[in-house]
Amino acid sequence: MAEAIATKPRQTTPGKSGQIVEMSWDPITRIVGSLGIFTKIDFENKKVVECHATSSIFRGYSIFMQNKDPRDTHFITSRICGICGDNHATCSVYAQNMAYGIKPPPLAEWIVNLGEAAEYMFDHCIYQDNLVGVDFCEMMVRETNPGVWEKAKVTPAPHAKDHGYRTIGEIMTALNPFEGEFYRKTLQMSRVTREMFCLMEGRHVHPSTLYPGGVGTVPSIQVFTDYLTRLMNYIEFMKAVVPLHDDLFDFFYEALPGYEQVGQRRILLGCWGSFQDPDVCDYNYRTMDEWGRAMFVTPGIIVDGELVTTNLIDINLGIRILLGSAYYEDWQDSGKTFVKHDPLGNPVDKRHPWNQTTTPKPQKRDFDGNYSWVMSPRWFDKRTGDHLALDTGGGPIARLWTTALAKLVDIGYVQATGHSVKIRLPKTSLKPEVELEWKIPKWSNAIERDRARSYFQAYAAGVALYCVEQAMKEVLAGRTQTFTPFKVPEEAISCGFHEAVRGVLSHHMVIKNRKVANYHPYPPTPWNASPRDSYGTPGPYEDAVQNTPLFEENGPDKFKGIDIMRTVRSFDPCLPCGVHMYLGNGKLLKQLHNPTAFAPLAKK
Amino acid sequence: MKTPEVLANRPPDVKEVHIIWMTSGLSCDGDTISTTGASLPSIEDVVMGNIPGLPKVHLHNPVLAYEVGDDFMKYWHMAAEGRLDPFVLVLEGSVPNENIKSEGYWAAMGTDPHTGQPITTNEWIDRLAPKALAIVCAGTCATYGGIHAMEGNPTGAMGLADYLGWEWRSKAGLPIVNVPGCPVQPDNMMETLLYLLYQVAGLAPMIPLDEQLRPTWLFGKTVHEGCDRGSYYEQADFAHEYGSPKCLVKIGCWGPVVNCNVTKRGWMDGIGGCPNVGGICIGCTMPGFPDKFMPFMDAPPGAALSTAIVGIWGGAVRKLRAITNRTVNKEPKWHHRGTHLTTGYQPKYYGNGNGRG
Repeated sequence: MAEAIATKPRQTTPGKSGQIVEMSWDPITRIVGSLGIFTKIDFENKKVVECHATSSIFRGYSIFMQNKDPRDTHFITSRICGICGDNHATCSVYAQNMAYGIKPPPLAEWIVNLGEAAEYMFDHCIYQDNLVGVDFCEMMVRETNPGVWEKAKVTPAPHAKDHGYRTIGEIMTALNPFEGEFYRKTLQMSRVTREMFCLMEGRHVHPSTLYPGGVGTVPSIQVFTDYLTRLMNYIEFMKAVVPLHDDLFDFFYEALPGYEQVGQRRILLGCWGSFQDPDVCDYNYRTMDEWGRAMFVTPGIIVDGELVTTNLIDINLGIRILLGSAYYEDWQDSGKTFVKHDPLGNPVDKRHPWNQTTTPKPQKRDFDGNYSWVMSPRWFDKRTGDHLALDTGGGPIARLWTTALAKLVDIGYVQATGHSVKIRLPKTSLKPEVELEWKIPKWSNAIERDRARSYFQAYAAGVALYCVEQAMKEVLAGRTQTFTPFKVPEEAISCGFHEAVRGVLSHHMVIKNRKVANYHPYPPTPWNASPRDSYGTPGPYEDAVQNTPLFEENGPDKFKGIDIMRTVRSFDPCLPCGVHMYLGNGKLLKQLHNPTAFAPLAKK
Repeated sequence: MKTPEVLANRPPDVKEVHIIWMTSGLSCDGDTISTTGASLPSIEDVVMGNIPGLPKVHLHNPVLAYEVGDDFMKYWHMAAEGRLDPFVLVLEGSVPNENIKSEGYWAAMGTDPHTGQPITTNEWIDRLAPKALAIVCAGTCATYGGIHAMEGNPTGAMGLADYLGWEWRSKAGLPIVNVPGCPVQPDNMMETLLYLLYQVAGLAPMIPLDEQLRPTWLFGKTVHEGCDRGSYYEQADFAHEYGSPKCLVKIGCWGPVVNCNVTKRGWMDGIGGCPNVGGICIGCTMPGFPDKFMPFMDAPPGAALSTAIVGIWGGAVRKLRAITNRTVNKEPKWHHRGTHLTTGYQPKYYGNGNGRG
């Protein structure tokens, strides 16, 4: 069996304090996929001084897809991801609709919206409290911060009447894996929401009823009733979930002053929009600006708190795929230019996904050179000439932030105000109507990424309630068509924009001779997990972990890295989405993990 | 009367068992995620001892684990060294071919603490397979290669039986147990694990498997045999467009020749599925998936002939049934408000057995 070659131990310049320790966690658990985090930690100053993120599984989607029937692309790309495969399938269907020049019947759009809303409700639910939540549970906090646990036990929970837990300590106990009451309730809710998903898209996580042109779902009264009754149970659940998380997260700011710096980075957020409005959306590239803004989650880019654009055409044209630290050959001068101009005549850059040529170049991992299979997607800000390393913050924070600032969404149950998003949850069996308000936070940090996730669960429920009412209207009016026939054209270019659960998702397709000539999906994880780019700019995980202060009470010998874990997990990493590129035909591959946990490098 | 023996009073033959669950084949982690959706039984039912007669179960799965990094990997090392005995190995993802290149790896997990080298997935399989009580492959990638073994793939991916050999037996004499599906149907996976736990506890005989190493009770029927749209086929009433409630076989459904119980079982606790809810069967449980089923949205090659043959008979059956259906949709003629009773009631014949009750 081939031996992998380790990178040499890195020479590390000791900080002023001296003790820089190289520590690694491989694999990071409670995420989807294989991620290793390699850091250098200054224990005396309680700070992470350097971070590199790597991944270890390679499959090859962009290459499989070449010369395949374009109608197969949503079935295939669904398999990129085992937790949000349906987001890929949906995005591929959007791109196919554009390529085939079709608009599905409105009822089909409501059904897809309901499926995708259920996906957000499910995925954020299970991730927040069965995976991330464990970082905040009693077992973990006792182990990493006994002092914080002591304080939690005697700190009353401000919203105790909403969720039933009297103290923060009780919330933490309820989050203990498998045994905690809230952990178990959430796992059960993640099943109910998946049932809702299956009612609309057939199967979770790789849907069976999605097609270009519409859906195969039979739009009976029963299917929507079955969805609605489950949704109302989830809405009642949300009335406890959101205040519970507010209490938990606010407590961390209070118990650990300075905790806002954990995972903090510059406010550089991207959101590609979600939930089509069938009254506006026609999948025509030329009107993408208009129908993009009509989405029930507004697309947009935020730089330092300012909403730079909400125009999907601008967003599309600004995407650049940079190399720098990834094992590929550059295509700038050699690759084929598939698309010189977009359908509006705007020039399309050679580094745009439409024009990307993926040629792998396996090589040794070198943290001073190339060390990742993930390329670096960036967004070109034409005002400044910067290639911005946007992050998605795991999805919800970017979605709520762009939607709040854009002030375009108002569908009864959710409303953007310009500075916040209001979510109105109607009366349920045991609880009265509740209005939740997510306000734009001061920071883009670990706690706020996590908090936004809870609010977005409620947001998705609000959108679902609106969509199920619209779908019922169609059915009751007898408009039950769910499919528009189409023909695959000889040639086409197209794109789909969507929000995967953990953030921005785009699919770019070029069709020639009725076959796929080029297909490049860009899910959230390449944006978030990317390595240092050609300009030396670190990717968001690296950036957020670097310079993060450490609040863990353990020293190097018993160090769990909890603050680093909370930072990384706040982005909701999903590594199968990060690395799906071709690896070369039997060429060597030396992408390596070299964890040297507890190996002090200090040579004072 | 002697109190019958019940499982709650019977200690299992094996008191504790570990499940080492590898997601580091070429996978999407979809089989683990799918399994978290199971409710018959659920993961927590098994882990928390909710079912009588089972050994205590310790689950080590990277998506669900409390531990991180080395703390997590220690169970792998213990299992490989024979210090975590007994354990069931679950594999998720296809097995790449590491022999087609001179260096490096396609898939790996964790690092060798002695050499600092990454440990390939294949190396883990080589280390763990001889020590495992049983191996379960979760999903079509691990069982038969699946999507990542598609024609033109760069990794030479395959299923575990191709890697270990189809005749492979565990130290306890069990063949590889395959639970295909892309992803695996949640309850199929948990039910198979449950069966094996019963077997480990000494409560069940050898798990019955077919030639493709699938549990026979789960994969013994075709999609079509369980499909509630099957009668449309029988009546030669076919969908020509997606969104139709009729039989989908002319627009890409492979159900008649695919072994899978999803149309019977649904996806989540009976809800959802494939052709039963409007999704063509793309054969995702099959060893020939995906290549033998693409392009997915075209009719399977055999469908033209078989639907033409059934068309003659089915068309006639449909017409005759329509007549009978109209008849049985009408109430009997004696339901009326008239002044005369026309039900045939004749009191003088009461109880003489002439059928006029």
